[in-house]
Amino acid sequence: MSADVAHHDHGHAATSGFHATRKDYAVGFGLAAVMTALPFWLVMTHPLGSAALTAGVVIAFAVAQVVVHMIYFLHMNSRSEGGWTMLALLFTILMVGIVLSGSLWVMYHLNANMMTITPQDARQMP
Amino acid sequence: MTAATNQIRLVGGRAGPEFHLTEEHHPENSTLLGFWIYLMSDCLIFACLFATYGVLGRNYAGGPTGAQVFELPMVAVNTALLLFSSITYGMAMVASQENKVRETLGWLAVTGLLGCGFLGLELKEFAHLIADGAGPQRSAFLSSFFTLVGTHGLHVTFGVIWLVTLMTQVARKGLTETTRRRLMCLSLFWHFLDVIWIGVFSFVYLMGVM
Repeated sequence: MSADVAHHDHGHAATSGFHATRKDYAVGFGLAAVMTALPFWLVMTHPLGSAALTAGVVIAFAVAQVVVHMIYFLHMNSRSEGGWTMLALLFTILMVGIVLSGSLWVMYHLNANMMTITPQDARQMP
Repeated sequence: MTAATNQIRLVGGRAGPEFHLTEEHHPENSTLLGFWIYLMSDCLIFACLFATYGVLGRNYAGGPTGAQVFELPMVAVNTALLLFSSITYGMAMVASQENKVRETLGWLAVTGLLGCGFLGLELKEFAHLIADGAGPQRSAFLSSFFTLVGTHGLHVTFGVIWLVTLMTQVARKGLTETTRRRLMCLSLFWHFLDVIWIGVFSFVYLMGVM
């Protein structure tokens, strides 16, 4: 928010690296509240009908809400700490993407390649 | 390289060279960056737990499914508690920047109470599940569920302990540079836990009951 505030004002915001404002938190909270309430409403009352569509919307809201929290609550920007926090975040997003998509992809195929065991088979097992 | 050499200016005419750093003022040591990197590594722990849940979340082993055991109204209340605790912590940060010790402590106390409310509801849910025979040993789905949500709950527990510790420090030492820095770190930690909870309520609870 204000690197120059931190710059000039030593004892004050120097350690914080940013200057939080009530407005930031209020805007962030408003957006987050809407993005939380809507998915709950969609899942609890099924106005969309299709489960796949509802799931898609829930995921979209989740991703958007994470971004809102990052900006308004965690005060992420590309300048803080000389850009190193953003770099660490991007690297983490990459790792999280690899872990999540890799696990699901590999394990999905593993399941598909397993022999299906019917309850009858299970009873005849040694 | 030229920028680096410009940063150090030699001042002659005295005994020995004097070094002046003219680069932009550094944040007081790099505690915040270090803490951020810790949070990112914590994020990877949660990514692994989410991936585990993603793989095992539908393996019910003949036991209850998510749709049968999850109570969305309770999850909604929990989500609201955590979200409110995020903004009350934000208000504590604003108050601390305005040097209002009492107001800071007040908001921190509210945050702590909301955190305790969240933990209480979560423990109640866990106790309810275990009493119904849907404990972590029932199926792969429930094992991964308890591990993921339990790890988050454990983080919140430590967050509350940390919060009480900091409240004591602020009450005794006031808003010094050190306590401010610690408040900042806890702020990052607390908001980070709320971010993880977005993933939990979206992917575990909401997707689980569909």
